Amino acid sequence: MADVNAIALEYLPIMIFFGLAVAFALLFVGAPILVARLTGTAKPYADKLAEYESGFPAFASARGRFDVRFYLVSILFIIFDLEVAFLFPWAVSLAHMGEDLVFAWGSMMVFLALLTVGFIYEWKKGALDWE
Amino acid sequence: MTLLQSLSVGAPEVVLAAGICVLLLVGAFRGDRALEGLSWASVLLLALAAVPLFDQAPGRLAAWNGLYVADAFSRHLKLLVFLGSAAAILVAVPYLRRLATARFEYPLLVLLATLGMAIMVSAQNLLSLYVGLELMSLSAYVLAAFHRDESRSSEAGLKYFALGALASGLMLYGASLVYGFAGSTSFADIAKAFVAGEVRNLGALFGLVFLLAALAFKVSAVPFHMWTPDVYEGAPTPVVAFFATAPKVAAMGLMLRLLYEAFGGMKADWQQIVLVMSIASMLLGSVAAIAQTSMKRLLAYSAIANIGFALIGLAAGTAAGVEAVLLYLLVYLVMTLGAFVALLMLVDADGRQLEDLADLAGLARTRPGIASALAIFMFSLAGIPPMFGFMPKLAVFSAAVEAGLWPLAVLGVLASVVAAYYYLRVVKIMFIDPPAGVVVLPGEQGVNPAVVGAAAAFSSPLGYLLLGPLAAWGAEAARALA
Amino acid sequence: MIQAAIFYLLAGATVLAGIMVISARNPVHSVLWLIFAFVNAAGLFLVIGAEFLAMLLVIVYVGAVAVLFLFVVMMLDIDFATLRAGAMRYLPLGLLLGAALSVELLLVASAWEAGAIAPSAPPRSGLSNTQALGTLLYTDYVFVFQAAGLILLTAMVGAIVLTHRERAGVKRQDPFRQASRTPAETIALARPAVGAGVETEGGVR
Repeated sequence: MADVNAIALEYLPIMIFFGLAVAFALLFVGAPILVARLTGTAKPYADKLAEYESGFPAFASARGRFDVRFYLVSILFIIFDLEVAFLFPWAVSLAHMGEDLVFAWGSMMVFLALLTVGFIYEWKKGALDWE
Repeated sequence: MTLLQSLSVGAPEVVLAAGICVLLLVGAFRGDRALEGLSWASVLLLALAAVPLFDQAPGRLAAWNGLYVADAFSRHLKLLVFLGSAAAILVAVPYLRRLATARFEYPLLVLLATLGMAIMVSAQNLLSLYVGLELMSLSAYVLAAFHRDESRSSEAGLKYFALGALASGLMLYGASLVYGFAGSTSFADIAKAFVAGEVRNLGALFGLVFLLAALAFKVSAVPFHMWTPDVYEGAPTPVVAFFATAPKVAAMGLMLRLLYEAFGGMKADWQQIVLVMSIASMLLGSVAAIAQTSMKRLLAYSAIANIGFALIGLAAGTAAGVEAVLLYLLVYLVMTLGAFVALLMLVDADGRQLEDLADLAGLARTRPGIASALAIFMFSLAGIPPMFGFMPKLAVFSAAVEAGLWPLAVLGVLASVVAAYYYLRVVKIMFIDPPAGVVVLPGEQGVNPAVVGAAAAFSSPLGYLLLGPLAAWGAEAARALA
Repeated sequence: MIQAAIFYLLAGATVLAGIMVISARNPVHSVLWLIFAFVNAAGLFLVIGAEFLAMLLVIVYVGAVAVLFLFVVMMLDIDFATLRAGAMRYLPLGLLLGAALSVELLLVASAWEAGAIAPSAPPRSGLSNTQALGTLLYTDYVFVFQAAGLILLTAMVGAIVLTHRERAGVKRQDPFRQASRTPAETIALARPAVGAGVETEGGVR
């Protein structure tokens, strides 16, 4: 695990950015609550949580049935998502391939061709149309 | 250069993969009316992919950086698998037409599963083993649920998927343990790492057990057989004819290769497990089938029992045992295929598929041809001489006796006797009971009668005529392994 | 020191999230906790320097699989309260399975301590984890890589076979026809006399 510090250094900007985001989020949520408590205006009661104005009480469970088409779209998305995931190591390692460069390039092209066949199939079947 | 070499050694898979892509595109553009054309094209593709099997130089040819091997063993099994798949594609055409579910994806899914099986029997590495198995299984799950509007079929697909995913998980867990302790996923390196005689490697043992459990699921050996009757009952009949033949052969082949080539040094360990699975499968398959009323469930238990018999040869752990397993798989494939296709041809007056034992009553009077073919399959599955089904049973039993496992052989004979009861009951129902209902043969039959006839001829005593070449062929394949 | 602290923070959060996944009353909350567990596991991968796996976990599992889980949880409309009623009966079996898996983990850990498990060959020096993976995956392991492509293809075909329906009476978009329309065939100019109107029987093209 010697290179962990190196990795941590690589990610330092995003870490700082992340920390800053969390700090601001806490500040913006926490400060009003704190101020409210300190100034004595925090008086929670049930009516404050009720629907108001044009809202109406919930009349059914939020758990309804979805059309199966949502499922089809999301599973097709996962498949292409995985395909894209294979592109990442390929992209960063292509420069280090040396004499295997053409081979590695070609093998990704064959892989993409396989998925393209699937894509054409999907398209022709109309699986990508909503209605 | 190595790429060309790999492409030529792995030509069956390359041809299949390229052909599948072309056929998928043809199907996408031509739609479901292309089903029949695509089915024949798929069979042609399988034949084309089989050509290199005869063409290759004998002996072991490694390819794809050691992930893949082509040897007499893999060629033997691939030929069997291609045969089973081609039959499963062709016999389904009239069935799919009749039930108005003639979607062109059926032959393509069978082809994809076949490609997975071809990769499986040529695997030289846990990675190629896994991707092959997964390719086969994924296609099989979809095929089981192919009649998606029928709740039984969807249920079969879901059950198969849930349990199959669990088995895949077991396999990966076992593979990761083996990889951890051997330091490699290649079969040759695993064999080097786990040599007999040393201190027992507990981690490797756990890994082996997990791998075996997953493979036992795929061949439906007890105690991982629970899915078999439900899936067989619910899935469309041609799909079941496929499940019961080619994938079983491929998974058994994979098991043989994995145990001999990767875990040859741990033979004493896996022999115990295989022994237990074999005994349990034979007994459970034979006894549980007695109470069945559905023909498909009965054949499912018959499949479990038959896998138990085939495992006897593996448990023997000798070259003769491997040879016996190969012969068993070959004969079993033909008998089972014939039985399912004969069942597929029976429809009642409403066009409903006949699947219950009671529906077969008096079949000998109404449909003598099919009834006698079914009778041949039943006698042959029971292993009653002079049917050809007797031969492989004799082979596995004698292999067990030669290896000094005569109690196993005795148990096997006992289980055969019990099993003979329900096979003969089917024959009795067909030949002695009065006819139950109107059995019609659907008008369009396709190649089904020819398939049934050929399978019946092979299962009958005529099969012995082929015994010489088949045995020599199997012996060559067994030599490549053990 | 900081490494250990980060590890325990992430590992603790993962375990906590795992417990919450199975104990949350609301199935949607379970899925959300699962996402939390995925993110923490991704952090754990980062700690050991496996950046690609960490990214994969976030992109594929958090981004896609968890969404699918949410769909499924909502789509099935299951009464989870009754489903859960039998959970206590299966507790002994679950504990047994958990114990078996823990024993195996302990086995691996002790074997690691004893040196029975050799760390696999280090990647080529000077390459990051992801690059080392890439140099192997597309060349030495091209066979499994392409097979993985075929598995994805099968998944596509399977998903469509099982869920796609041709709906009758649906107006389809035909982009080619849309784009190739010309004014000449779509616009008809007419100059009707006052009060006469235009004959549009059969529709206007």
